[in-house]
Amino acid sequence: MATSAVEHQPAKRPSRMGEMARDTILKLNPRIMVHNPVMFVVEVGTVITLWLTATANTGPSREYDGLVTIILILTLLFATFAEAYAESRGRAQADSLRQSRAGARARALKDGGAWEWVEGAALRRGMRVQIEAGDTVPGDGVVAEGVGAMDESAITGESASVIKSPGDSVTGGTVLLSDHLVVEITADPGQTFLDRMIALVEGAERQKTPNEIALSALLGVLTLIFVMVVVTLGPIAHYYGPHVVNTTTLVALLVCLIPTTIGALLSAIGIAGMNRVAKINVVAKSGRAVEVCGDIDTLILDKTGTITIGNRMATEFLPVPGVSPEELAEVSWIASTADTTPEGRSVVELAQRILHRAEMAAPSGEPVPFSANTRMSGIDLADGRRLRKGAVDAIISMVNSPPAELRNNAERVARDGGTPLAVAVDGRALGIIRLKDIVKTGLKERFAEFRAMGIRTVMATGDNRITAEVIAAEAGVDDVLAEVNPEGKLALIQKEQAEGKLVAMTGDGTNDAPALAQADVGLAMGVGTMAAKEAGNMVDLDSNPTKLLDVVEVGKQLLITRGALTTFSISNDIAKYFAIVPAMFAAVPILHGLSALNIMGLKTPQGAILSALIFNALIIPALIPFAVRGVKYRPQSADRLLLRNIFNWGVLGVIIPFVGIWGIDHVLGLFGLA
Amino acid sequence: MTVSTIVSWAVVIGGLLLLLKPMGTYMYKVFTFQPTLLDRPLKPLENLIFRIIHVTRDSDMTAWEYGVSFVLTNMVWALMAYTLLRVQGALPFNPEHFSNVNAGLAFNTSASFTTNTNWQAYSGENTMSYFSQFAVLEFLQFVTPASGGAVGLAFIRGVSGRKLGNFFVDLTLLLTRVLLPLALIFGVAFVAAGVPDTLAPYLHLHTLAGQTQIVPRGPIAGWEAIEHLGQNGGGFTNANSANPLENPSAMTNVLQSIAMGLVPVAFFYMFGLFSGKKRLAWTLIAVAGTLFLAMLAMIYFPEAAGNPIINALGLHGHGNYVGTELQQGMGGTSIFETSTMSFTTGSVASAHDSFLPIPGLAVFLGMFLNMVFGGKGVGLMNMLMFVILTIFLMGLMVGRTPEFLGKKIEAKEVSLTAIAFLLHPLLILAGSALAVSTSAGMAGVFNAGPQGLSEILYGFTSGAANNGSAFGGLGASLPFYEVAIGITMIIGRYASVVVMLLVGESLLQKKAVPETSGTMRTDTPLFWGILLGSVVVLNALTFFPIMALGPLAEHYLLVAHHLFS
Repeated sequence: MATSAVEHQPAKRPSRMGEMARDTILKLNPRIMVHNPVMFVVEVGTVITLWLTATANTGPSREYDGLVTIILILTLLFATFAEAYAESRGRAQADSLRQSRAGARARALKDGGAWEWVEGAALRRGMRVQIEAGDTVPGDGVVAEGVGAMDESAITGESASVIKSPGDSVTGGTVLLSDHLVVEITADPGQTFLDRMIALVEGAERQKTPNEIALSALLGVLTLIFVMVVVTLGPIAHYYGPHVVNTTTLVALLVCLIPTTIGALLSAIGIAGMNRVAKINVVAKSGRAVEVCGDIDTLILDKTGTITIGNRMATEFLPVPGVSPEELAEVSWIASTADTTPEGRSVVELAQRILHRAEMAAPSGEPVPFSANTRMSGIDLADGRRLRKGAVDAIISMVNSPPAELRNNAERVARDGGTPLAVAVDGRALGIIRLKDIVKTGLKERFAEFRAMGIRTVMATGDNRITAEVIAAEAGVDDVLAEVNPEGKLALIQKEQAEGKLVAMTGDGTNDAPALAQADVGLAMGVGTMAAKEAGNMVDLDSNPTKLLDVVEVGKQLLITRGALTTFSISNDIAKYFAIVPAMFAAVPILHGLSALNIMGLKTPQGAILSALIFNALIIPALIPFAVRGVKYRPQSADRLLLRNIFNWGVLGVIIPFVGIWGIDHVLGLFGLA
Repeated sequence: MTVSTIVSWAVVIGGLLLLLKPMGTYMYKVFTFQPTLLDRPLKPLENLIFRIIHVTRDSDMTAWEYGVSFVLTNMVWALMAYTLLRVQGALPFNPEHFSNVNAGLAFNTSASFTTNTNWQAYSGENTMSYFSQFAVLEFLQFVTPASGGAVGLAFIRGVSGRKLGNFFVDLTLLLTRVLLPLALIFGVAFVAAGVPDTLAPYLHLHTLAGQTQIVPRGPIAGWEAIEHLGQNGGGFTNANSANPLENPSAMTNVLQSIAMGLVPVAFFYMFGLFSGKKRLAWTLIAVAGTLFLAMLAMIYFPEAAGNPIINALGLHGHGNYVGTELQQGMGGTSIFETSTMSFTTGSVASAHDSFLPIPGLAVFLGMFLNMVFGGKGVGLMNMLMFVILTIFLMGLMVGRTPEFLGKKIEAKEVSLTAIAFLLHPLLILAGSALAVSTSAGMAGVFNAGPQGLSEILYGFTSGAANNGSAFGGLGASLPFYEVAIGITMIIGRYASVVVMLLVGESLLQKKAVPETSGTMRTDTPLFWGILLGSVVVLNALTFFPIMALGPLAEHYLLVAHHLFS
């Protein structure tokens, strides 16, 4: 989404860069910087070295102080750039969202039925607006009157139009394609889903999440420890003489030791995490909600629409003795020609496969639509034959002497978790069509991954036990709860929570609202009722319940990225000690032996310190892609995940800086700086 | 390696391994108020004590109440000790007629013995009356380790999801059920092995050379028992366990080493029983055990290889025996010193000052880490502090909010834990920096080169770690050090312990999260490696610069055959 927005508006590109550059500089403001203690310490250090540069007595010492100052300023700029970059990506995303709403005006209804034009920004909760075909919906609301087709592609990216009728919710920014609607506005300006999404991806309303707060606190104390180590090192080194350590070198050591890598990237990680959620078209009401996703223990999933594709499909014809499968297929096809439901279409498709024909002469006759009374549908042909398909007992009651096979097959289908449909011509039963729930492809593998991650999946459905259990086994969920009503779902959530588990669920109906509110993560469907959307802490604009799995992965990736970069940051310090400590005391004769610690063979003390500091600065932009995209995540058990990440970020985090600092030292050597 | 080395190591390590399970199980029963063998003789006595101080076994305290009781009780003891030392001249059992202890020394000594540091800025045989030795200092050697152990118990209970308990109940039971019975057993064993235990005056002997030698003695065997059982470490005499009257044989040497480790190691196992995570307890024992063996190797092998400068003269083959008690040999000395630095006892059977730099680094290591089993209860708390930090740092990489024993570690716990971690290096670094930058501090440095700096660092490290051993050669009896190290000991003892107690309570109040395969496991070889790695890295990052200026600098000078006149 972010990239497409940029591609569509090549003219805006320089301004985006300009904005990013401006933010990078503005974020250096100490009043902003102080919220990030790690980088604030770097800023204070920079001021000290700058002052030392200005007051240096000798040329060489001024050159050294100046170089350190420049690298420190670069370190600061890399850090502010990382944040500005993440924000700018979010802003690009926000702009494309905002465009869909640009200039929205609304016909506000007044008492008595008249309307007047008002600006979208003037709409308030409770106001009613009239929307004509072609209008953009000015704000979130609920349809009060009328039925119409809505194009929601601006929000969901889905091009198929959606029919909206009274009680349905509509989202600001979508376009009405046909008819006209009266919509009651349910959100004040700035509070609509679009507004919230924009605010979140832009990072404007970003509040630190609990884990981010905890990590910041730990980074703050770690920084304090290193400040303490470096500040006391000066006086302690005085033991060897009054001018043993150089203040600039101490500042360099401090900046190298404090966790600048994670300190610089921490907020970028958080902003980018929200962007990734927005990118999959989920509006999270807070960053906290996304983070909680990583901790989810139990996923409660609906059957229909979530685990299975929304509709049952015909999978088999089971004719009674004396009837060929072809005959049954032929009759079923004819009986279904007027049936436009997905189930009816699936019967036609199955018949086409069995008869190896794609077309058939349109039958002349009078279609009989399905009704709740007769529980069957079909066609009365011109030749007088009455073709019917429908509920088994309804068909049985209409035919003469139904064969035992019909009943047996029907029971067998029900036992296997399917739904049997009986087919009859006049008084003669021909057989059974097996209708079956189809599990979405790839779900079984995903549930297995979730199991490995320790997440239990529970299917909760209103279906009967047999159907539910068959689908549960097919989809590979861990547990199944059949014949459950919304209250049952709420009780299930409360039971899991009483065991200390964190629960996530999806829902769309008003009766799902209490459960959505009770769950730790409630993902409401965009097509759902306003009550459901208000109760959940996330809304999926695509209304795809399987999306819950993606959000869980984003939440986990967010935590892993923070942990990985923190571990990397701390592991890096070892090599920096081996570079700086021997260098900083190289001038003291009695400490000459410490040069044995210079295992990287760095050429000069000054070059060693500059190399370590340059590495420390460069690693920040080098890791921006990881911070923004997130560390690669594969669902697997905690132990395997830990082992892999410890190697990637802990062990390599120790080794890489040794190589990096050595390399930088050689490059500096080419310029005579080492 | 000689047979005696191997045997002495095997006896100490094997003995501790054999004893940790029965001892831990016994203590678990005592502190969960289950019936034990000693109930019959001791319960009436304990009930009487509880009635007098108006507590019952189930009068639970909050972390704050527990912490305040701990600190206030200790303050009362310190005040009492200070007063009694100041007037020892007027008190009985003073056959050598020692005068009152001066104010600075009395402060330093009462702070030192109350904080279970047992740093001695005096030599016992020339300063303390028998009364001061057994009624003041030995009393403190019983009660102060018991009070530290009690806090450890409360912490274990908190993280295991139980109420914290009552400080006075725990203190009483640690004395009646653990320290006093053990001290009786070890005391009798030491008497049997030839350690004196008497109130008679010092012996005046006429030597073969025709001179008179004064041999100090006193109630030593009982002192030795609790000195080691309580990880106290203050010697009855200045030479401590290098004095043949305190540690006469190879048998007493290994017995003292075992006595030091017995209760701290059992605390680790007891933690496993309390938390229901025995495998976690074994993982922690394995981490501490690995560090113990590393220290043992760092002390023994360089010492056995000898001083390279002397070896270069062709006099090699005998190891560096300078400052070592010859009768215990290299093997006995190395296991005793490793034990005393691991368990933060601080009694010594050799002069740490005379160690080569790498063994010197090893003894520093024990005090920096302060969790290689450590003092009873307190060492475990330090270990769990690292466990919490490690879980928080690494645990994020499994994609869940880090959990410890089923409780989420959030901002409050991680901040408090990090502050507890910060205090230890703060005391060491700030104290040393102060000493080096003031003339009062530099006046106590008697050795040139890195050794002199190491002596200062050692003094503050020993005080902060409540170890109490010293690098000789520092003028520790100067007023500057008496006060500065005294304050270091007090903050080192109380601040981090109370902070960790608050962490324990905060975890207790959280809802338990069930363990799933998505939970980071803490009882695997992988976690052993991660914990070990992060303990080493976090400490290296904090202490590497000062170690480079001290022992490491000295090591490279030694390798370069540099001599100081």
